[in-house]
Amino acid sequence: MDFEFTPEHEELRQTVRRFLERESPEARVRALMETAAGYDERVWKRMAEELGLPGLVIPERHGGAGLGPVELAIAMEEMGRVLLCAPYLSTGVLSVYALLQVASEEERGRLLPEIASGALIAAVALPPQAGSGDGACRATREAGAWRLDGSAGFVIDGHVADVVLVVARTAEGLGLFRVEGGAAGLRRTALPTLDLTRKLSRLEFSAVSAAAVSAGDASAGLERALALTIAALGAEQLGGAQRCLEAATEYAKTRLQFGRPIGSYQAIKHKCADLLVEVEFARSAAYHAAFRARAGNDAEAAEAAHMAKAYCSEAYFHAAAESIQIHGGMGFTWEHPAHLYFKRAKASAVLFGDPIHHRRELARQIGI
Amino acid sequence: MAIREMSEEEVRGRVRALLAEAHPDRVSQFEFRGKQYDHGLAWVHFPEGYGGLGISPRLQAVVNDEIRRHAETVYEDMQINPIGIGMGAPTVLTHGTEWMKKNLLRRVFTAEDIWCQLFSEPGAGSDVAGLATRAVRDGDHWVVNGQKVWTSLAHISKWGMLLARTDPDAPKHSGMSYFLLDLETPGVEVRPLHHLTGEAEFNEVFLSDVRIPAERMFATEGEGWKVAITTLMNERTAIGGAASRKGGGSIGALLDLWKARRGLTAETETILRDRVARLYVEAELLRLTALRARAAQKAGNPGPEGSISKLAHAELNKRIWECAMEVIGDDSLLYEAGYRRRRPSGESFATRVALAKYQFLRSRANSIEGGTSEVMRNILGERVLGLPGEPRTDKDVPWKNIPRSA
Repeated sequence: MDFEFTPEHEELRQTVRRFLERESPEARVRALMETAAGYDERVWKRMAEELGLPGLVIPERHGGAGLGPVELAIAMEEMGRVLLCAPYLSTGVLSVYALLQVASEEERGRLLPEIASGALIAAVALPPQAGSGDGACRATREAGAWRLDGSAGFVIDGHVADVVLVVARTAEGLGLFRVEGGAAGLRRTALPTLDLTRKLSRLEFSAVSAAAVSAGDASAGLERALALTIAALGAEQLGGAQRCLEAATEYAKTRLQFGRPIGSYQAIKHKCADLLVEVEFARSAAYHAAFRARAGNDAEAAEAAHMAKAYCSEAYFHAAAESIQIHGGMGFTWEHPAHLYFKRAKASAVLFGDPIHHRRELARQIGI
Repeated sequence: MAIREMSEEEVRGRVRALLAEAHPDRVSQFEFRGKQYDHGLAWVHFPEGYGGLGISPRLQAVVNDEIRRHAETVYEDMQINPIGIGMGAPTVLTHGTEWMKKNLLRRVFTAEDIWCQLFSEPGAGSDVAGLATRAVRDGDHWVVNGQKVWTSLAHISKWGMLLARTDPDAPKHSGMSYFLLDLETPGVEVRPLHHLTGEAEFNEVFLSDVRIPAERMFATEGEGWKVAITTLMNERTAIGGAASRKGGGSIGALLDLWKARRGLTAETETILRDRVARLYVEAELLRLTALRARAAQKAGNPGPEGSISKLAHAELNKRIWECAMEVIGDDSLLYEAGYRRRRPSGESFATRVALAKYQFLRSRANSIEGGTSEVMRNILGERVLGLPGEPRTDKDVPWKNIPRSA
């Protein structure tokens, strides 16, 4: 049944929330977003050792916690609330799902335990998404070894990844390939990003030697991995949207103008009420996507994921934008965190295809 | 009200026992629904003896599902007696007298007695607590004078839930009482009120020296507002929680229209497809949000989350039918059904296009009836988010001193 959360789920939420309150307060987010790496290695290790977060959905036999999309949604929601600066989306979500969906047993055994332990940062280089025309990779076999050529834009945490998993075109379709972060012929350029709390880079491959992670055409599996990833991202967006609504509401209760709290004016109150409806819809979308992902029917899971990405993206952006407006001049300053959420909201709406892209996919799927 | 545990299997077993005794395909509506009530399967969360079993309200869906599995004839609460079942029954259960519970609930459920709600007045819309209909005590009766408006079903109702002012010297919220009015009482006059489709779905009800026995008061004198809140909260849930089938209701109709579209340019089609998909997403999320609220809801009457569904449903439904008109294109210039001044007949429209045009017009009321969207946003802002209220000039003064529209 959808939406049935257990006491263990609530416990997980509280554990993650307490950890992040300590380890990712606003001051730390601001410090990390100005660094080149963009994350704190010590905190990442603790996320692995104390909470098992990077390996949350990795099976126990590969050293993970053996949990699923519902637990991942809870963790992502909490990370989204505080704009955690960590390679979680790249390593703990996208890389893990890609490996689980398409990798050989040998490759899983090689990489998943390392990810679960916090020892390995991984990134996935994807072909161009909707809305970004940058990059494409090609894998060719030469004397029994694979070589990669081409480029990939907007690779999340690509500049710090110990291992890059590259989706490349082969004679048989799409394949997933493993490249060491420091491989010869790989050029990594960190990009100046709109959202400073999540780092992107551009990767260029010139005759880079690679290992095949998948066999044959991995398109369908990669599709599933992407659907699972955007479902999880929807939960992260929900957490951010909820936090923006809370911040705006708290401010509206205490900011006095014309002798009374601005939240007593319907102009502000009704904005907040509309955001509440949107956040509750986003919650339904993100949780539905998580439960459908757990249920494992591919078509249903994909439909729910498209809905979540389309809706949560816009709900988050709207909440972040209105939060700036409700905070007034204060909300437009560098000093106030409203802009950090606004930038994260916009960037996460564009990652893995924007809302228009996902509505088009959904339309195709429901036959309209 | 303590909740008893009962397995889904046992509930299904009880439904099958009911069907063995009285099957809707073979006996009359009144007989079948009466037996359903006697078996405690009318409102399973109500106490035993009052149409329920004292179990979780979530199990009502199991009852309805089991009936559907075995019967062709299915009665929809919201079609046969929407106000009586959606609002009257919970109000009677929460605030009614023993006599009311014993004598009214079963006939509400069978729809032998249709109910209506006599709250709104020409001078009291969103501000229903400002109402002016007066009830004056006269021996063991109350004598009522005033006018009500927007009263659905009054022309076929047996009972009305009447909110009237019993103490004009008290502040507005504490000077009202809540009565059960027999619409066959002398002095009650019901006149049709035609709305913008031409139909008279609603009525005006004129009350002239109407005598109501004193024991037909809900709760006690001066507690009318508290009782009205119970009714209104259930109204919002009844209105907002309607569509529960995936791709059903208004969005289903829009998808059907879309699939039958003709004559749109490729460019318009691309733009409209995105809008249809967006509306589909929102309709799905409205449905899922209702399911999520139900999964979280314990027993008893709904809280302010009903206002989320009410607001979202009203605004979404208007946009769905606006989009439908764009899908219809130039043909939306015509209104084939004509603006006939009549009672809604319940007959279906000749084509889905004709129905869509009707719904385009009818849906404008969604964000007005049962609480305007503006009032819903106030409720969400103040009761859910805890934002402060507007400064009020009508709170602690006698009702009779508050300015009113003529």
